[in-house]
Amino acid sequence: MTETAIELVGVNKWYGNFHVLKDIHLTVKTGQKVVICGPSGSGKSTVVRCINRLEEHQKGTIRVDGIELTNDPASVAQIRSEVGMVFQQFNLFPHLSVLENLTLGPIKARGLSKKDAEDKAMQYLERVHIPDQAKKRPGQLSGGQQQRVAIARSLCMEPKVLLFDEPTSALDPEMISEVLDVMTDLADEGMTMVVVTHEMGFARKVADNMIFMDAGEVVEHGPPEEFFGAPRSPRCQKFLSQILQH
Amino acid sequence: MKKILALTLPFLILSGCSSSTTWGWYVIDPRTETGWINIKFLISGMGDTILISVIAAVISIFVGLLVALPGLSDRWGIRMINRVYVELVRSIPLLPMLFWVFYGLPIIFKSMGMNVPIDPFWGAIITLALSDSAFTAEIYRAGIQSIAKGQSEAAQTIGLNYLQTMRYVILPQAIRRILPPLANQFIYIVKMSAFASVIGMQELTRRANELVVSEYRPLEIYSLLILEYLVLVLIISAGVRWLERRMGSDERS
Repeated sequence: MTETAIELVGVNKWYGNFHVLKDIHLTVKTGQKVVICGPSGSGKSTVVRCINRLEEHQKGTIRVDGIELTNDPASVAQIRSEVGMVFQQFNLFPHLSVLENLTLGPIKARGLSKKDAEDKAMQYLERVHIPDQAKKRPGQLSGGQQQRVAIARSLCMEPKVLLFDEPTSALDPEMISEVLDVMTDLADEGMTMVVVTHEMGFARKVADNMIFMDAGEVVEHGPPEEFFGAPRSPRCQKFLSQILQH
Repeated sequence: MKKILALTLPFLILSGCSSSTTWGWYVIDPRTETGWINIKFLISGMGDTILISVIAAVISIFVGLLVALPGLSDRWGIRMINRVYVELVRSIPLLPMLFWVFYGLPIIFKSMGMNVPIDPFWGAIITLALSDSAFTAEIYRAGIQSIAKGQSEAAQTIGLNYLQTMRYVILPQAIRRILPPLANQFIYIVKMSAFASVIGMQELTRRANELVVSEYRPLEIYSLLILEYLVLVLIISAGVRWLERRMGSDERS
């Protein structure tokens, strides 16, 4: 893996006439944890979704591990194989068991044998502390457990980078910490992470770099001490005062 | 079974009125030799009706899926393939399409230097499958679109390609929503197969027509014909409900 894991240079995106992303520059070094925050509609999820081509950017360059993301399906496939993603709504496959959710990718996309895939899946289920739920359907688990399964599912693909798109926003408050604990463990193990979240406690603890977005722009960025201690822009100050009040 | 009995009963009661000069239930009275022969003649069309319907339905299920997939594309040009097919095919009434396939298609084949005779059996199947596939395609499209977009996004992020995403993630979930309307369409095919009588297919309706011509007892014979379709459709309905229950119990959440 190269020193720079993800690089966005002058990325722009429009939905029709609506300018969603305006000249986004972002560099994530290997092993770094970047937290993106901002009000809803600021484009923070879109940035993350552009990195693995769930959304297409129209201008600028996105590179993951030195590979440029283009319209070439091969580049998309290659980048997706290095980038894992955790969604707000978990997006587990409801018709498959937890174990099958985890082994589907390794078996079908990577060509692993069922036995190897299941061994690996159990190993990651243990890491997110729910090996005993392997035979259940996602619908039988709590939200927190489902999100941890989703994290394990991404890990089974052994990604070099993990993207999180508001991973705790759909959870009941009492389940947020179990998911954040798993994410903190991953961060401590050196995983490169880009996290869109409003969990500022988590951000303060793990982030190397904080990014504040508003109206499709990166308004402010910097290390968390600086970011929380002395936000420069009024927009960022206002956002932080609103979100840190409670 | 009770249901079938209840529906047959009025006809049996009516047959009791055979003393009246206006009734002629004797033509299908199983107690008389001619009546029994007539009944056997009518019912022996069941095989062809079922065969035509089943083969047409199977073809339609595959063609429908092939037509539905381009309809889900992000690209306008590819989506148009689906729209043109669906709008064109579903706006043609079955009978004209049957004539076109049976009398017209062989001429097209001939002009291309191929000698492909179309007999009534395959003419009926092609027409039914073609006509039905436009509706099947719409059923698939609606069913697939009803599965949340996050499902295919998640499948993509774990490295599945388009076909794998469809095969392992989307279709297994969509099938539960697709099956009931698809079964409805099968019932439609069974009923529409009656048109095959027009091009000489000896299925249920054709046999009833032939018997009416020789016996001149339209009420009694067509009543039995209706009953035959009714029984057929009720059996299909029961089968579908069984299938739905089985699939439903498979998903415990």
